[in-house]
Amino acid sequence: MINSERPPKDLTQPRLSPLIGLGLGAIVLLICLIFSVTLGAKDIPLPTILESFTRFDNSVDHLVIQTVRIPRSVLAIVVGAALAVSGALMQGLTRNPLAETGILGIGAGGALAVVATQFLFGSASLTAYASAAFLGAGAAAVAVYGLGTLGRGGATPLNLTVAGAALTAFISSITTAILIVSQRTFEEIRFWLAGSLAGRDFSLLLQVLPFMGMGLLIAFLLGRQITTMSLGEDIATSLGQRTLWIKILTATSVVLLAGGAVAIAGPIGFVGLVVPHVVRFYIKTDYRWILPYSALLGAILLLLSDIAARVVLKPQEIPVGVMTAIVGAPFFVYLAKSKVKK
Amino acid sequence: MKDWLMVRSPGMSFRMDRRLPAIVLALAIASFAAILLNVGHGEYAIAVGDIIKTLFGIDTGNPDHVFVIQTLRLPRTLVAFMVGVALAISGTIFQGLTRNPLADPSIIGINAGASLVAVAVIVLFPSAPVYVLPIAAFTGALLIAILIYGLAWNGGSSPILLILLGIGLSAIAGAFTSLLITFGSINEVSQALVWLAGSVYGRTWEQFFSLLPWVILFVPLAFGLTRHLNILNLGDDIATGLGSQIEWQRGLLVIVAVALAGSSVATAGNIGFVGLIAPHLGRKFIGGNHASLLPVAALLGGFLVVAADFVGKTLVAPIELPCGVITAAIGAPFFLYLLIRNRKR
Repeated sequence: MINSERPPKDLTQPRLSPLIGLGLGAIVLLICLIFSVTLGAKDIPLPTILESFTRFDNSVDHLVIQTVRIPRSVLAIVVGAALAVSGALMQGLTRNPLAETGILGIGAGGALAVVATQFLFGSASLTAYASAAFLGAGAAAVAVYGLGTLGRGGATPLNLTVAGAALTAFISSITTAILIVSQRTFEEIRFWLAGSLAGRDFSLLLQVLPFMGMGLLIAFLLGRQITTMSLGEDIATSLGQRTLWIKILTATSVVLLAGGAVAIAGPIGFVGLVVPHVVRFYIKTDYRWILPYSALLGAILLLLSDIAARVVLKPQEIPVGVMTAIVGAPFFVYLAKSKVKK
Repeated sequence: MKDWLMVRSPGMSFRMDRRLPAIVLALAIASFAAILLNVGHGEYAIAVGDIIKTLFGIDTGNPDHVFVIQTLRLPRTLVAFMVGVALAISGTIFQGLTRNPLADPSIIGINAGASLVAVAVIVLFPSAPVYVLPIAAFTGALLIAILIYGLAWNGGSSPILLILLGIGLSAIAGAFTSLLITFGSINEVSQALVWLAGSVYGRTWEQFFSLLPWVILFVPLAFGLTRHLNILNLGDDIATGLGSQIEWQRGLLVIVAVALAGSSVATAGNIGFVGLIAPHLGRKFIGGNHASLLPVAALLGGFLVVAADFVGKTLVAPIELPCGVITAAIGAPFFLYLLIRNRKR
């Protein structure tokens, strides 16, 4: 130790109180929200937006705001937050910098379950969709983890990622097969499957919101335990953590969040990958803060992606999943190249 | 020397695995049978005897046979076979070069790059002739290959990194492909989706003849390069020690592999995992020497795609599943099996 008189740099906390950052983030989110409501096929000025709350007059602008723009923005916030938190949970728990619901095939699992439900039962109820998405996401999570732990090496981050990719290929081949066999399913589900927030059913959000809220609550309560787990399972055990329970609870939370997100918006990739890494530039290791920050930043990122999806090729609309992939996939390549131990 | 047959003549000499002729013959017969089966099967079944008669231009007494076979089914089946051959050779070369048992043009992102540029040509220049597509796909595949080479190949990086980068690059290329597709009209989009899933549906002689030159040029080239592939497979150090000009030879092999993958993607879309399965099956039959592995894997690849097309046609008839869906449904579990087996070692 060269300069031992200097106290060791505190890696767990940033210099400013994390609360200030959260406050700033909330302001940014609000600004993005305003932009999201303002911009679109037709730009609506801010006063009209406020008027639609105070003096709703059934004009087209007001209707667009109240029935299209605001629900859509709320969906983006909820889905973005859910995806980012589930990504952060998985990265912390598995110590895998590439862990994310999209990459590990959990989103694809949820998607297959929804498509299969639509195929088998026709236009099923919203509850059926939601439960299918949860079931599918859960099954895929179990399958990926099971495949990852097979063999002597155990679930190393890399093998888990590659297993997830193979599982995704398998699942989406079945999804494609169903869609081709049933033209009707295809028509009803095409845009959803690309990962989109357009024309989403707001009542579906209300249906899954309690579950996602529960997932989020579990995640936030687990912050301290995830921090310990991110040091490695051995260390966590020796520090007296009941790792099995933490794993089960975390997995439950991931499935609730990711399943809910898939049910609402279809598979949207890379949000859960990018956001926790960006957050960790600021909050280094403490998951009690990483998780809420991820929620906030995930909401901002998806909101921005959705705005871009609407505005870039106006009046054409790009599925938001495509936007997040364009941003997130290069980041994935960068992470694979730099962060992964060879 | 028992296992090898030496052929020496002025100017050239080579040795051949003694098992090779028998295995190649068996696979050729199996492939021919699969082709006959595939041509004979459909909404309108045709007996094997009638197919052979029609192929040799003998009148079967049913004028429909000529149309159904010559115009509809034969080009489609032959395209499937050629695509399988091309993908299998491409996969064998990639596995040999990277010394990575999991490498396959669809997994390391080559096919996604080819799809992207091909879709770009389809969407932006709808009037472009068919033979442009393989060139476009080749360009896209080559760009991705250069990217991968720059990112992963140098410096003895781990096999798994190649796969990870492939996942990432495929996602990027896939996102831009979806972006391009949103430009297109609904009609083109649903066609593009079938094409992207990897299908030989509705392929005609036009596609057959746009793929043929690539196969005729690059398949023999691949066979000619197997000796270099064997040496490069030992690793760069040993290859250099044996006097190989490794960069040149590797470059040439990569171009061959990329050209075969790209042209097959341009013709039939992304038919995944064939380049993964065929070399592994081939090694079970004949071992790892590329001089004998390459022809065996090529025939296996052709057989696989024709068989996948047959299964896709019959599984939920009258609806047709693209053969890419079938190969993925078989190939992805196989990939997982390899991953797990690999880890145990």
